[in-house]
Amino acid sequence: MPKCEKLKQVSEKLEQYPQYRTFKAYCQKVLGLGNDSLEKTIAIAVALCLVCAVFVSFSAVALKPLQVSNKALDMKKNILDVAGLLKADTDIEKAFSEKIESKLVNLETGEYAEGDANAYDQRKAAKDPAQSIAITKEKDIAHIRLKAKVAKVYLVKEGGETKSIILPISGYGLWSTLYGFLSVEADGQTVQSINFYDQAETPGLGGEVVNPNWRALWKGKKIYAETEQASSEKGLIAEAGIGEPALSLIKGTVDNTKAGSQYQVDGLAGATLTSTGVTNLVRYWTSKEGFAPYLAKVRTVTGAKS
Amino acid sequence: MNELLNDETKKVLVEPLVENNPITLQVLGICSALAVTSQMSTSLIMALALTMVTAFSSAAIAAIRNHIPSSIRIIVQMTIIASLVIVVDQLLKAFAYDISKQLSVFVGLIITNCIVMGRAEAYAMKNPPLESFIDGIGNGLGYSVILIVVAFFREVFGSGKLLGFEVFHLTKDGGWYDPNGLMLLPPSAFFIIGLLIWVVREWKPKQREAIEFKIMSISHGEQGGHH
Repeated sequence: MPKCEKLKQVSEKLEQYPQYRTFKAYCQKVLGLGNDSLEKTIAIAVALCLVCAVFVSFSAVALKPLQVSNKALDMKKNILDVAGLLKADTDIEKAFSEKIESKLVNLETGEYAEGDANAYDQRKAAKDPAQSIAITKEKDIAHIRLKAKVAKVYLVKEGGETKSIILPISGYGLWSTLYGFLSVEADGQTVQSINFYDQAETPGLGGEVVNPNWRALWKGKKIYAETEQASSEKGLIAEAGIGEPALSLIKGTVDNTKAGSQYQVDGLAGATLTSTGVTNLVRYWTSKEGFAPYLAKVRTVTGAKS
Repeated sequence: MNELLNDETKKVLVEPLVENNPITLQVLGICSALAVTSQMSTSLIMALALTMVTAFSSAAIAAIRNHIPSSIRIIVQMTIIASLVIVVDQLLKAFAYDISKQLSVFVGLIITNCIVMGRAEAYAMKNPPLESFIDGIGNGLGYSVILIVVAFFREVFGSGKLLGFEVFHLTKDGGWYDPNGLMLLPPSAFFIIGLLIWVVREWKPKQREAIEFKIMSISHGEQGGHH
């Protein structure tokens, strides 16, 4: 066998170095010691740790590129999914680069912020004290404690025009923080779709937030209560004839004939706490704390009436 | 192949399936059996991951068994098992991203699974690597069988689906089956495993444990003075 030959050559070459010979002699000496001797115990522990460390770091480093691209691809898939652009045969990379534009938004002013949107990680920024702000307890209905000052939104373009806006949302459900996207039409008022890509709610109950049938119920719902008269107190939002966030999940099934059904979505059966969590997180992110200033600006720019 | 399947290897491969099942007889590895069995797909991947970890850790421990100092024996075993579990986790993240997201923390918890340590301590410390490897596969399969059976009942009755495909038409979609929410929660796995242990012990009476104590028919007071 040529491989064995090569190994022999290598070991012969190594034999020339005195350090190797000492090392080999030491190994043999240690292996010959009684299993309970202190020296052997320490030597075995050190050797084992070295071997395991090399093994683990090798696998982590070798697989890292694959994992990173998996993660990025998964995120793009979720964004296309919430934009309604994902079909079974969609080329994710191509569709994403053609139709989606990433933008940074300053949450406080609602203006677009400078910076490299593609490299920005909002979840990381939310944990960094320099880039985030703590939310006061009474305002923190989504129970997220910290929010990034700058959010990353995605604009869905079609023929040069913005067709819809995808907003990142997050908040606490029953067991876990749910992370997702809310896709809003260019009028900044009508929901197109919702999608939770990271959650650990009870499978089959709260976990049904990922169920396509339930998600389809969100299409066409309105986020903000539409007011007859604009009150000057409420600033920009009210000027467009749009009030406070009103969208919520209710118990049972929505009766579409009743007034106000455009602000209601069916709650998840058997998952009251997850449903409350979803209501709160949607309200939080569409409120003045979240994207309300930005959406108001979007409405004035596009000139869309509520 | 024939020489591989001698009596000893056959015994260690087949026995853990029913005769000496790690879950129903040894009652090991219950924690993860409760956690991951609400769906068939996660159970299958978990079963595969555990089988691999048990097999390779047993083989590795068996290979160095004569040189493991007894004072740090458990730490050595844990180090090997933990390394393997991290590698399995990395592999899942690289090649089965969706499943790894669903299993989340439970892959890491294979480290604490009593089956892996149990086999390392009970078998791999005394037997050569190849037999230990097969013993690991056998016990992993024994665990897998129970996991798959439990997941089958939980997914079918809890969500009316099997591997994500609809078997029962649910009432909420206009069908006839109203899913049992309890089946989706971890305690239901307790009931199913309990029933399974009952069935197995009816079938194989040898597995019944000797009765350790009995409630006496005569009350303590009337026997006074005899002890």
